[in-house]
Amino acid sequence: MKIIEAENLKKNYNGFTAVDGVNFHLNRGEIFGFLGPNGAGKTTTINMLTGMAKITEGTVKLMGVDYTRNAKKAQALMGIVPDESNLYEELTGWENLVFCGALYGMEKILREQRATQLLEQFGLAEAANKSFKAYSKGMKRKLTIAAGIIHQPEILFLDEPTTGIDVAFARQIRNLILKLHGKGTTIFLTTHYIEEAERLCERVAFIVQGKIVREGTVDELMKETQEDNIVQFTLGGDFSNIREEMERHFIDYSFMSGKNSGVSVRTPGPVSLFPLVRFFEEKNMPVYEAKIIRPSLEEVFVKVTGIELQKMQDGQNQGPGKGPKGGRRS
Amino acid sequence: MMKTWIAFSSILMKDMRSYYLKPPNISWGLIFPIAWTLMFFLRSPVPVQVRDLLSGVMALSILFGTTSMLAVTITFERKSRSFERLLLAPISLNILMLAKTSGAIVFGIINAFIPVIFAGFLTDLSGINWILVLGSVILIAITSTFLGLFIAVSVSQVFEAQTFSNFFRFPMLFLCGLFIPLESLPLFIRPLSYALPLTYGADILKTAIIGNGVIAVPLSFLMLIVFSITLFAYSTYNVNRKWIL
Repeated sequence: MKIIEAENLKKNYNGFTAVDGVNFHLNRGEIFGFLGPNGAGKTTTINMLTGMAKITEGTVKLMGVDYTRNAKKAQALMGIVPDESNLYEELTGWENLVFCGALYGMEKILREQRATQLLEQFGLAEAANKSFKAYSKGMKRKLTIAAGIIHQPEILFLDEPTTGIDVAFARQIRNLILKLHGKGTTIFLTTHYIEEAERLCERVAFIVQGKIVREGTVDELMKETQEDNIVQFTLGGDFSNIREEMERHFIDYSFMSGKNSGVSVRTPGPVSLFPLVRFFEEKNMPVYEAKIIRPSLEEVFVKVTGIELQKMQDGQNQGPGKGPKGGRRS
Repeated sequence: MMKTWIAFSSILMKDMRSYYLKPPNISWGLIFPIAWTLMFFLRSPVPVQVRDLLSGVMALSILFGTTSMLAVTITFERKSRSFERLLLAPISLNILMLAKTSGAIVFGIINAFIPVIFAGFLTDLSGINWILVLGSVILIAITSTFLGLFIAVSVSQVFEAQTFSNFFRFPMLFLCGLFIPLESLPLFIRPLSYALPLTYGADILKTAIIGNGVIAVPLSFLMLIVFSITLFAYSTYNVNRKWIL
C-alpha cells in the first residue's frame, strides 16, 4: 500500500528551481532512500513533504489524502528528524522527549512512559537528566531521532542521519533505523552516503539537480552494473596526476578516484590487470593492492549520474562513519 | 481540541520555565521599576508623588519586559532551529504563536504589578479603579508582546532584535503622554503619538490611578484591541510567508 505519493513535485525559490517535477511513492513499511549530492534537492523535498516548504507545483498525498495545501492535516502522522539536531539545549534529554510528545498532544503519563522507554532503547538512560547541551554529537543525533518517533508516527523522515558523527554512533544509528523498520515504521531517508543507502534501503531514488534520474529497488538498480568489471587499486601516489594520460591510454576503461590514493577502474569486458599495473609502475606509482570488487550501488550511481563519490562528499566535515564494508541487507 | 490544549500549555510552561522565571528576568522585574522611580525622584526639581509616577512605571515595565523577551527568545529559537520543531507540530500557526506569546503576556502582567506592590508600602493607593488598571495592564501586555512578535519576525539575529526593539520603544517612551502630556507635545508630533499603542494603554492607567486621562476609555480599549489584532495577524502572516518557504 502506498503511504506517500508525490506527483510532479516542484519547488522554485526566486527563480531557482530546487526540485523539478519529481514523482515517487513510498510503500507502507519500507525504507526509501533519497540519494544525491549536496544541493541536489533532498532536504527541499523533505521540507515540502513535511510542510516546512510550500509546494510550487504538484501534489502530495498521505494514504490517499491530498495535503498539498495543508500539511497540518498530515503532520500528526509524521516524525521528522532534521539534518541538524534541533532540540532545546536548556532541557534535559528526558524533558526534551516529554516536551516533543506534548507537541503531538500525548497525555502526560503516556509521554513520560514513552520517553523513559525510548531513552532505554536508544542507550541514553544514563544521560536522561543531563541537559541536551552536555550531550555529544552522536548522543544528540540519537535523541533527535527518539524525539521524532515519540508519538509513534506512521512515517519517519530522516534527513542525513549519520552525517558528521563518528563511526560508532553512525553504526548504532543505522541499527536503530533497522530496528524501527523491523517494527513496521515507514522510513524516508535522505543521504549522500551511497553505502548507507545500499545497506538500509529497499528502494532508492537518485536525485541530481532537482530531478530524479533513476528509481527502483536496490536489486533492480544493481542489475545495471552486473556486466561491469571493476578493479580497485591502492596506489603509492596521487592518481589525479596521471589520470588524463591514463584515460587516453585505456580508452574503453573508466576511472573513479577513491579515498587514500585509491582508484577504481571499470572495464567493459574481462579485466586484464597486467597492463594496468605496468602503466602505474612506469609512472613511478607503486601498486600496493589490487582487488576485483563486486559492483555496488555506488557504481550504479556513478554510471547513471556521472558524479563521483568523492565529489558527493565534498563540503562535508567528516566521513560517512562507515562500519565494515559489505553486508548489504536483502 | 484536547491535543491542542496539551501542546499549547506545554509550550507555555516550557517558555515560562526556560525564559521568564529565570533569575535574571526576575531581578529585571524588580530592578526596573525601582530604577525608574528613583530616576524621577532624583531628577525632578519639584517633589514627586509616587502615585503620579505609578502609571508610567507600570506601562514601561510591561513594554520593556515583553518586547525584549519575546523578540529575543523567538529569534534565538529560530537561530538554533528549535522553532522548526514547533512549526512541524500538528497545531495551527495561530495556536502556536498564541502559545509562544502567552508566556511573555503573563510575564508583562506580573512585571506591571511589581511597582504596585512597592508603591503600596510608600503611598496610599485607595480610590484607584483596579478593574480599569487590570484591563489596561492585560491589553498593554498583549499589545507589547505582539509588538515583540512583530519585531521577532522582522529580524534574523538576536542583536537585531534588541536594536529594532529600541526603534519602537524609545519613541513610545517619550511620545505616549506619560512623561510629557499629550497636549504639551508640538502639534505636528501629536498624530505620531496617537499612532502608538502605548499612548492608549498609558492613558487608561492615568485615568484609573490619578484620574487625568485625556482619551475616552472605551476608545482606548478599542484602539488597543485593534493594535493587538493587527500586530498578531501581520506577524503570523509574515511567519507563514518568511519561515515556511
